[in-house]
Amino acid sequence: MENNLIELNNCGVVRNQKWLVRGVSLKVSQGEIVTLIGPNGSGKSTTAKMCLNILKPDEGFNTIKDDIRISYVPQKISIDWSLPLRVIDFVNLVIKHKNSEISDALNMTGIKHLIYEDVRNLSGGEFQRLLMARAIAKEPHFLVLDEPVQGVDYPGEIALYKTIQKFVKKINCGILLISHNLHVVMSQTDYVICLNGHVCCAGTPKTVIKDQEYIKLFGDSIDPTLAFYEHNHDHEHLPDGSIDESKRV
Amino acid sequence: MFDDFIVRAFAAGIGLALITGPLGCFIVWRRLSYFGDTIAHSALLGVVIAYALDFNLIIAVFVVSCVLALSLLFLQRRTNLPDDALLGLLAHSVLAIGLVLLGILSFIRIDLMGLLFGDILSVNFTDLLFVWIGGGIVLIVLILIWRPLFAGTVNLELAKAEGLNPDLANAIFTLLIASVIAISIKIVGILLITGLLIIPAAASRNLSSSATQMAILSSIIGVACVVLGIQTSMIWNTPTGPTILTITLGVFIATMLPLKKLLISKNKIKS
Repeated sequence: MENNLIELNNCGVVRNQKWLVRGVSLKVSQGEIVTLIGPNGSGKSTTAKMCLNILKPDEGFNTIKDDIRISYVPQKISIDWSLPLRVIDFVNLVIKHKNSEISDALNMTGIKHLIYEDVRNLSGGEFQRLLMARAIAKEPHFLVLDEPVQGVDYPGEIALYKTIQKFVKKINCGILLISHNLHVVMSQTDYVICLNGHVCCAGTPKTVIKDQEYIKLFGDSIDPTLAFYEHNHDHEHLPDGSIDESKRV
Repeated sequence: MFDDFIVRAFAAGIGLALITGPLGCFIVWRRLSYFGDTIAHSALLGVVIAYALDFNLIIAVFVVSCVLALSLLFLQRRTNLPDDALLGLLAHSVLAIGLVLLGILSFIRIDLMGLLFGDILSVNFTDLLFVWIGGGIVLIVLILIWRPLFAGTVNLELAKAEGLNPDLANAIFTLLIASVIAISIKIVGILLITGLLIIPAAASRNLSSSATQMAILSSIIGVACVVLGIQTSMIWNTPTGPTILTITLGVFIATMLPLKKLLISKNKIKS
């Protein structure tokens, strides 16, 4: 599998006689950003979990390259109140890092001043930055980001995306990014996959930064970090998520 | 030196408290206190089997506890019942089986009070070996599996995704709880062991800012309470196990006093 870090081949997961997601094929190679988009419950996180081998596909097969370092930024983490956990300890959770590495990573996401703070005193956005910092500190070969900017304000969102970009250039890792936004993806994304229980459409994002409509929509805050993804489905979904065969093109 | 029963009592109590400290922290963090209770309940069955087959008590209890822990894992996968219902189901049915068996094997005479509340003053040299060697092994294993176990406690999926094996660590941890409960039977008894696991950890939670700190501090608190408890029980002639736990509770209440906050707010005003 040459320089593919991970590969899903026609994968699906079934729970309680229902397919959460089915027929997903994707691959991420070194230095590449692949973005998954789709509505709630479309199987984005499930797909990410197959890429990480947290879930074994019930159909198809997943391959992960041997001996690669993986970092995962999960969608949600709740820390039990009984557990005292400082920012520095959280960064050291899976691998013990040097202090200089830790402060570099925290610096990159802008929360260096919180290094000895208890994790539960962080705000939602600060915690999201901490998750990113931990993932970066590991210098992974493959990084999975499950909605990494949720709860982060708009300027912060752009800053975090910029950090991701800088980071990809620096260590040349492969990234699987799950976006909560249906249309706006990172301009650096090499490949977009739109999911809704299956792969609806996939392709490269069109660079429409100079588009007047885009500027109207986002005003002054447009940033070359983001781009539109133009959808190109050949079908429509009914309210329950199943495919409306009568309207299929 | 170990000829004196008081010396043996101190040695056994201190050894036990050293292990229950960090293990108890994990029980608190993972919300497993009822699990410890369930395993302790099953100890009666182990005791009956040990007496019936004329077998070592601690080993018999350990084996029964392990079987119970494995059945729990099995039930968790096969049913949709919540964990606390499964634990309740196992705890009381195994306790009932133990009592029925005790009735059938009428030749067995068990000191029920001793079993329920332990008798640290009757600890013999073999028990002491179990506490220190067995406890030492438990502590070493816990240190070895600390990283996957702790990472899995914080977030199971994250630990799995990043190449640790938290499931294996969890299974080993279950066996560690079973061994500590087996070791502790003679010392504090099956009704009080959960208290010795949880209360020092809870007290140390109030004073610690990191996980390692909490684990070490809870060992220290446990040891201090055991020493104080044994001495108090001799002065007042009270049952030793319950005295130790009462003192632990006192320490817990003391740690809830806002000492730390007072110190911090004073510092803040200064700066």
